Amino acid sequence: MKIIVDMDRCQDHGQCVFSAPDVFRLNDEGHLEYEETADESLRDAVEEAADVCPLQAITIEG
Amino acid sequence: MRRIVVVGASMGGLRAAEQLRAAGFTGDLTVVGDEPHRPYNRPPLSKEVLAAEVTHEAVAFRMRASVADVDWRLGMPVVSSDLAARTLTLLDGSSLAYDGLVVATGLRARRLPQPGLEDRRHVVRTLDDAVRLRGCLVPGARVVVIGAGFVGCEVAATARTLRADVTVVCAAPEPLMSPLGPDLGAELRRRHEARGVRFLLGRTVTAFGDGGPASADVLLSDGTALGADVIIEAVGSTPCVSWLDGNGLDLSDGVLCDADLRVEGRPDVVAVGDVARFPNPRYDGVCRRVEHWSIPTDTARKAARTLLGVDSPPFAPLPSFWSDQYDLRIQSFGAPALGCDDIRVLEGDPATECAVGYHRDGELVGVVLLGLPGAIPRYRKQLMDAFTAPAPISG
Repeated sequence: MKIIVDMDRCQDHGQCVFSAPDVFRLNDEGHLEYEETADESLRDAVEEAADVCPLQAITIEG
Repeated sequence: MRRIVVVGASMGGLRAAEQLRAAGFTGDLTVVGDEPHRPYNRPPLSKEVLAAEVTHEAVAFRMRASVADVDWRLGMPVVSSDLAARTLTLLDGSSLAYDGLVVATGLRARRLPQPGLEDRRHVVRTLDDAVRLRGCLVPGARVVVIGAGFVGCEVAATARTLRADVTVVCAAPEPLMSPLGPDLGAELRRRHEARGVRFLLGRTVTAFGDGGPASADVLLSDGTALGADVIIEAVGSTPCVSWLDGNGLDLSDGVLCDADLRVEGRPDVVAVGDVARFPNPRYDGVCRRVEHWSIPTDTARKAARTLLGVDSPPFAPLPSFWSDQYDLRIQSFGAPALGCDDIRVLEGDPATECAVGYHRDGELVGVVLLGLPGAIPRYRKQLMDAFTAPAPISG
C-alpha cells in the first residue's frame, strides 16, 4: 500500500507514530518522517494511524 | 448477530463501525446521529477552523472503505430505548430493532442556568456552534469567555488572535487548574495575558443583563459588571444518556461499563468514547469517563471485539490529548489529573518549554509537555512501560 501525508496539514502531533511505529517516526527535532510504502501486513496499524491523525492528513492508496 | 446499531455519529460512532468491520462483522450496520453532518473532527472547532472559514469539508473525518455500506440516519436523535426488547425509538416516532447496540452518544455542552441575552450566548461543541460563533468574532468585539478549561482557553486564544477584546471569567484561582495544577495554570495565564487577554479569576456569573445600553451584560459574584457583544459558555459538558432512561442502568455519569466495555454486563450492549465510564487497570479499578482525543479510537477497538465475542487484549489505554494556544503546543499523556498532588518539573523551564510529571503514590501517572516536541516518544514510552497488563487467567 502507498502512504501519503499532506505535509502542509501535518503538525507533528506524533499520534501516527504510536499506532504504526514501523512506518512513522518523529526525529530528534520532533518532526514527522515516514515510509511512502508499507507491507500489507501493516495495514491495520497504518489504517489506525490515519484514523488518529488530529489533522486527518494521512491518505492510504491501494 | 445480524444487525448492529450504533447510536452516535461522531468520532466514537464512526470508529466503532470501522472496528466492527475490522473485527469481521459482515451484517447490517446502522449509525444514528442527532446532528445532520457526517462524522467530523471537533478539536479544530476551537482552534484553527474557528480562525478560518468553518465548513464541514474542512473537518470531515476520513472514513475507511469498509464502512461504505453503512446506513446513516443523520439529523435523527434516538429518544428512547427498550434494551430488553432490543428496540430504539427515533424522534420521528419510527422504531429500530437491533441484535447488538453500541452507545456512542458522547457529550453536549453544559449551559449556565441564568436566563437572558440568549442571542449573544454561544457554546463550542458542534460544527453549527462554530459556524454561528465565527461570524461574531470580529476585531474589537467584546468577548467574555466563561470557564477556563481547555476549550475556554483555546477559544480565548483564537478570539484574541482575531483581534477581539477578550475577558476570561472562571471560578478557580487559575485557568486549567484541575487538569494541570496551579503552577502550569499560572504559567499559561501569563502567556495569555502577554497577548492581551484579561482574566477575572475566583468569580462566577450570577446574572445576564437585559440587553439595554447600560453595559451590564454579564454580572459576576463580586459585583463586577462586564459589557459583552459575545458570551462564550465553556463550562464543561454533560453525557447524552437520557435516551437510555428506564432500563435500570447507572447513568449518574455517562454509561457504567465493565472492563470489556459491556454496559453493566449486558452481552448485547457496549459503549465507546467519552460517554463510557470504565475501569482502567493502568491506574486502579475506579470507573471514569475520559474526555481525551485517543479514547474514542481505543474504546471502539475494544468494544467492537467485545460485542462480537472476538478475543482481544485486556483494555488499559494510555489517554492522550493536546491543546494549541497561540504558538504553544501542550501535549498530555496518561492521567495528569490523578497526580495533581505531586507535580514535578522533569526537564526544561515552564517559562519557555518543559516536561512536567504528575505522580500518585510516588509513581509517574501522567506527563504534560509545553513545547519540547522531540521529547514526546521518550515520555510516552516511559508511561507505556510503567504498566504491564496481568496475563489472562487460563482455564
